[in-house]
Amino acid sequence: MSTQLTELGVRGVTIKLRRAGSGPTVLFLHGAGGVPQWLPFFDALAERYELLVPEHPGFGVSDDPPWITSMSDLAMFYLDLIEAVGLDRVHLIGNSLGGWLAAEILIRDRSRFRSLVQLAPAGIRVKGVPCGDNFIWGPEEALRNLYHDQAFADRILALTPSDEQMDVMLHNRFTVAKLGWQPRWFNPDLQKWLHRIKLPALVVWGDDDKIMPPAYAALWRERLPDARLVMVDRCGHLPHVEHAAMVARHVHDFLEGVAR
Amino acid sequence: MKLVSFHLMPYRPLDLEEAAKHRSAWVVLPNRLYDPVKGAEEYDRHIDALVYAEELGFDAIGVNEHHQTAYGLMPAPNLIASALIQRTKRVQIAILGRALPLVNNPIYIAEEFAMLDNLSKGRIIAGFVRGIGSEYHSSGANPYFSHERFHEAHDLIIRAWTEPGPFAFDGDHFNLQYVNLWPRPYQTPHPPVWIPSQGSSETVAWASDPKRQYPFLVTFSSADLVARYHNTYRDKAREYGYEAGPTQLGWACPIYVAETDERAIAEAGRAVETLFNDFLRQSFEMLMPPGYTSMSSMKNFISMRRALGNAGGKITAAGLIETGTALIGSPKTVLAAIERMRERTGFGILVALLQFGILSDELTRRNMDMFAAEVMPKLKG
Repeated sequence: MSTQLTELGVRGVTIKLRRAGSGPTVLFLHGAGGVPQWLPFFDALAERYELLVPEHPGFGVSDDPPWITSMSDLAMFYLDLIEAVGLDRVHLIGNSLGGWLAAEILIRDRSRFRSLVQLAPAGIRVKGVPCGDNFIWGPEEALRNLYHDQAFADRILALTPSDEQMDVMLHNRFTVAKLGWQPRWFNPDLQKWLHRIKLPALVVWGDDDKIMPPAYAALWRERLPDARLVMVDRCGHLPHVEHAAMVARHVHDFLEGVAR
Repeated sequence: MKLVSFHLMPYRPLDLEEAAKHRSAWVVLPNRLYDPVKGAEEYDRHIDALVYAEELGFDAIGVNEHHQTAYGLMPAPNLIASALIQRTKRVQIAILGRALPLVNNPIYIAEEFAMLDNLSKGRIIAGFVRGIGSEYHSSGANPYFSHERFHEAHDLIIRAWTEPGPFAFDGDHFNLQYVNLWPRPYQTPHPPVWIPSQGSSETVAWASDPKRQYPFLVTFSSADLVARYHNTYRDKAREYGYEAGPTQLGWACPIYVAETDERAIAEAGRAVETLFNDFLRQSFEMLMPPGYTSMSSMKNFISMRRALGNAGGKITAAGLIETGTALIGSPKTVLAAIERMRERTGFGILVALLQFGILSDELTRRNMDMFAAEVMPKLKG
């Protein structure tokens, strides 16, 4: 699948964006790791949709404006951007931190959106069920804890990142700390307002997620007004990576149902 | 030379073998390894040693703040300072220091220091630090905003100490309708402020600013690094248009003296190794949470570790002595190292860590006595 690398900007902030396919617009919001590579999951979506995969401000080589100091700022930035670029009837997909971001966007203004897919989103807290502490884990430990199937981690550990890639990883980590260190991975106000996301929603969760425990999935389904939950067996924190074809199939079915 | 006898108050009864099974002696070391009966005794012994330093003629005694660790039993150093005030008459009491970014209302720090300053009738030295990386894990404070919070808290505390209250403070991190300190500090305009640091260039530039000219204490670094940071401070001061005096440059390090070099190493070698290998043991992720230092400082740190082989190898007493990170030897040897640094940098504050790691009460006492008898007079003379 050919992808196109472009830039989008609003109010002096420019971000990088990869684009592929054609059809209704699907906007994928990445998690704490950024978008180090184009994924088979993206190819699967681009078969039927116009898929947009931006790098958030503060991630990758996108701008990093100092005034973005919280998830609220980031959500408002995306609302500005979507309005400025004229995106409409958008299907939103978020993973982890990107799922948190998707919810922060939609509780504020859902008028330009059609649906929501949440892949192990951060953003809310089940009291008594702490998240994994990926800030204290070492690099290998953190990578291994992303996956159920350690072959995924082994493949990445076998690679030696370039200096540029190391710089991006460090930069992403700074931004992630800024946004998610305290309170850790959630906004205490967010879950009060999830009922406002009056859109069809699909929540996907790995049964062996060591970062966002599966107990969180039930709370998302309960709080979102129109959500279906799919639990994925033998799967960690990145269902769209570890079970790309199956998760893509679920997303396709869901989006088709929304369109009907 | 101003001489400070300084204590970390480590929990010496720690089961080191058991502790080594955990990620670190910080944050996650299970507190079932702390025995309150032994710990209470530790407080007594450490406080006794600090009080004894007054008798020996030290100018100041020092304590500091660390959280959730066996490395130091003083999450609230001002409590210890308060006890020291009651048991001493003359010495200054240096709190080196309080970790400003970790608190949500820095006024409480301003108030406590002002209280101590009144209680001691002006014997307090106020150290300001950011707290080490692990303390951003244990406190939950966001390391990304550490520098901003430090500077803002500092400004608030100095204003609270010096400006007539009540006034309002409008910051990005701290917002207060009423700042109106009761009591005000005893010293005018306020207690001396010292900045202990491991030498980031940002901190040097900030501390040496003509508005502040804060004494800068380099801690736990090799002699070459200490000299480099001192001279960076001097250069910075010259850039600002003044000459930094000896009272602006401090060096904090473990010191042990005995009759001969061999005896000193035999008595203190293992103890200084436990300080670095057991009590200070932390992973990179704990030591350097994202944003705690600038991106470039963190990259330097990473490449430095890589250059060292990143082997997680054990630090040895011999290595610490060779690099001048710890001064262990005969009075002559230790004096020579201090004099050499004085020639290189003109520093004028020595913060001597005379108890470290598992060093016993008996050896600590002997170390202090010999330091006072054989080293101190030469430095004072």
